[in-house]
Amino acid sequence: MSLVKHYVRINQLVGSRSLTASGVRNYRVTIDGKTLVETAPADTLLTELYKTHVGDYSKFYKMDPLCRVGFMASELLLTAEDCRQKQWGESRGVVLFNATSSLADDRNYQATIDDSETAFPSPSLFVYTLPNVLTGEIAIRNHYYGETNFVVLPEFDSNTMSAIIEMTFCDKYLQSLVTGWVDCYDETNYNVLMFIVERDVTGHSTELSQEIKILTEK
Amino acid sequence: MVVKLADNIISPLGVTTKENYEAVKAGRTALCQHEGVPGIPIPFFASLIDESVLTVEGDYTKFERMCIQSVASAIQQCDIDVASERVLFIVSTTKANVSMLGRSGCDNDRVLPGVAARKIAEYFSNRQMPLVVSNACISGVCAQIEALRALELGLCDYAVVVGADVQSPFIVTGFQSLKAVSAEACRPFDRDRKGLNLGEAAATVVYGREATADNRWQMVCGAVRNDANHISGPSRTGEGSYLALRSVLQHIDASEVAFVSAHGTATLYNDEMESIAVERAGLIDTPVGSLKGYYGHTMGAAGVLETLLSMYAVDDHTVLGTRGFENLGVSHPISVCAENRVTNRNSFIKLISGFGGCNAAAAFRKGGAR
Repeated sequence: MSLVKHYVRINQLVGSRSLTASGVRNYRVTIDGKTLVETAPADTLLTELYKTHVGDYSKFYKMDPLCRVGFMASELLLTAEDCRQKQWGESRGVVLFNATSSLADDRNYQATIDDSETAFPSPSLFVYTLPNVLTGEIAIRNHYYGETNFVVLPEFDSNTMSAIIEMTFCDKYLQSLVTGWVDCYDETNYNVLMFIVERDVTGHSTELSQEIKILTEK
Repeated sequence: MVVKLADNIISPLGVTTKENYEAVKAGRTALCQHEGVPGIPIPFFASLIDESVLTVEGDYTKFERMCIQSVASAIQQCDIDVASERVLFIVSTTKANVSMLGRSGCDNDRVLPGVAARKIAEYFSNRQMPLVVSNACISGVCAQIEALRALELGLCDYAVVVGADVQSPFIVTGFQSLKAVSAEACRPFDRDRKGLNLGEAAATVVYGREATADNRWQMVCGAVRNDANHISGPSRTGEGSYLALRSVLQHIDASEVAFVSAHGTATLYNDEMESIAVERAGLIDTPVGSLKGYYGHTMGAAGVLETLLSMYAVDDHTVLGTRGFENLGVSHPISVCAENRVTNRNSFIKLISGFGGCNAAAAFRKGGAR
């Protein structure tokens, strides 16, 4: 019986297929271990996924690179879970982790102010310069009123992630959590393992850490 | 139970919590006009730390020096071995070393908050994985909630929570572009409020686990809730803040609460939203205050700094006045006052909200008994 209920993995292919002929990173998308996309270049992957699997949430196009990849992963994950009509209220939260914070959008915003002579700071870029805007986007989309949080770590660490996931269940209202690693260095360089866990992870963070480790190595 | 063992605040108003508390009690503010700052063409009102007060030497950024000095000052007050694997470092920040993005030839990794946090923990020879809570403006309360949980679950024996942010062209121009800043000193909850001011501070609290609170401060509980409404605007029903307050009020009775230390940024929508949440939570008769008129919005530091000043205020039987407030300008008649008031209650609630629709509330009580 696994502690991770459903999971989505978006990661760069390894070996000879890791890059396209023009040097763009190639990605694979899997849901619950089943391949959804065998190989696709990073620059078009997310919009193609959006068009195929969502299509009716145009806010997607306003999102920064971190939110696009994290939002898309959450859409695939929650469709796999197949409980989208449920009223979750405070019983579901969203806690995500990465190492790059909102770096991708930070760079894009910084570019709008680099030359103070011609600076025209972009408010639409600035609002995305916080990683927890992603957890907010997922809560808004799914009407989750539970805890949302974003924790930045020096590097991927399944033990720390599992400990924080277990800590989050100290909130007695919380029944399940959308969680995982959503790292985004820039538009074409990202790495996702997003999954759902329930209250039964309490007291089992060592086992959860092992499961997370295995899923990232797949 | 989880109790406070030590604390520190570094701000333009002082380099200890006591100095800061006395300045605020006397009505002093660190806010002033800044003009001609490189990279910020439009003048702005803010509270900025003069680097001359920072004494840490070595290859550290202003952000890291503020954090290190604040932690060092706090741990001097308690007898713990911070290098121990049983000590957890939690850094609360929104933008950490983001100003490094604009500089050429810098050590690129340091722009990553986790790398900066590790640098801070390693200054104290702590080799454990530090956490960076990056939950917008509520980070400082969230970080304390994480500390509470880690201690209650026995995952660590001590937690060092340090909150800080440094103002930079990145942040100031961003808030200016959102039209969220006031060109003058901010006026929380006032009918003439025109927006927020930004501020710099570092604040540290050290928590530990003890059988009894004795005469110390106890962190009772905390909750985080989302509005599920908008990424950069508060809910019109105060949903997340109300739900967070409701959760906290299951562990503490409204009759023992001396005051609610609100976020009170002095933006039109935030203060209105908080008045709705406070009313819905049944706290309409409880004194409400904001400290933004003294410091501006210190972002990652705010949740820690405002918690500590609230503790010192209760120790001093005082409800601190809300500087800049004159006439109530929110739709629910919450009890805000410009002047300091007297209280004989021993608890308070810290309330805070931020971008991403997140809200947090936490309750603190002096001593073990109600």
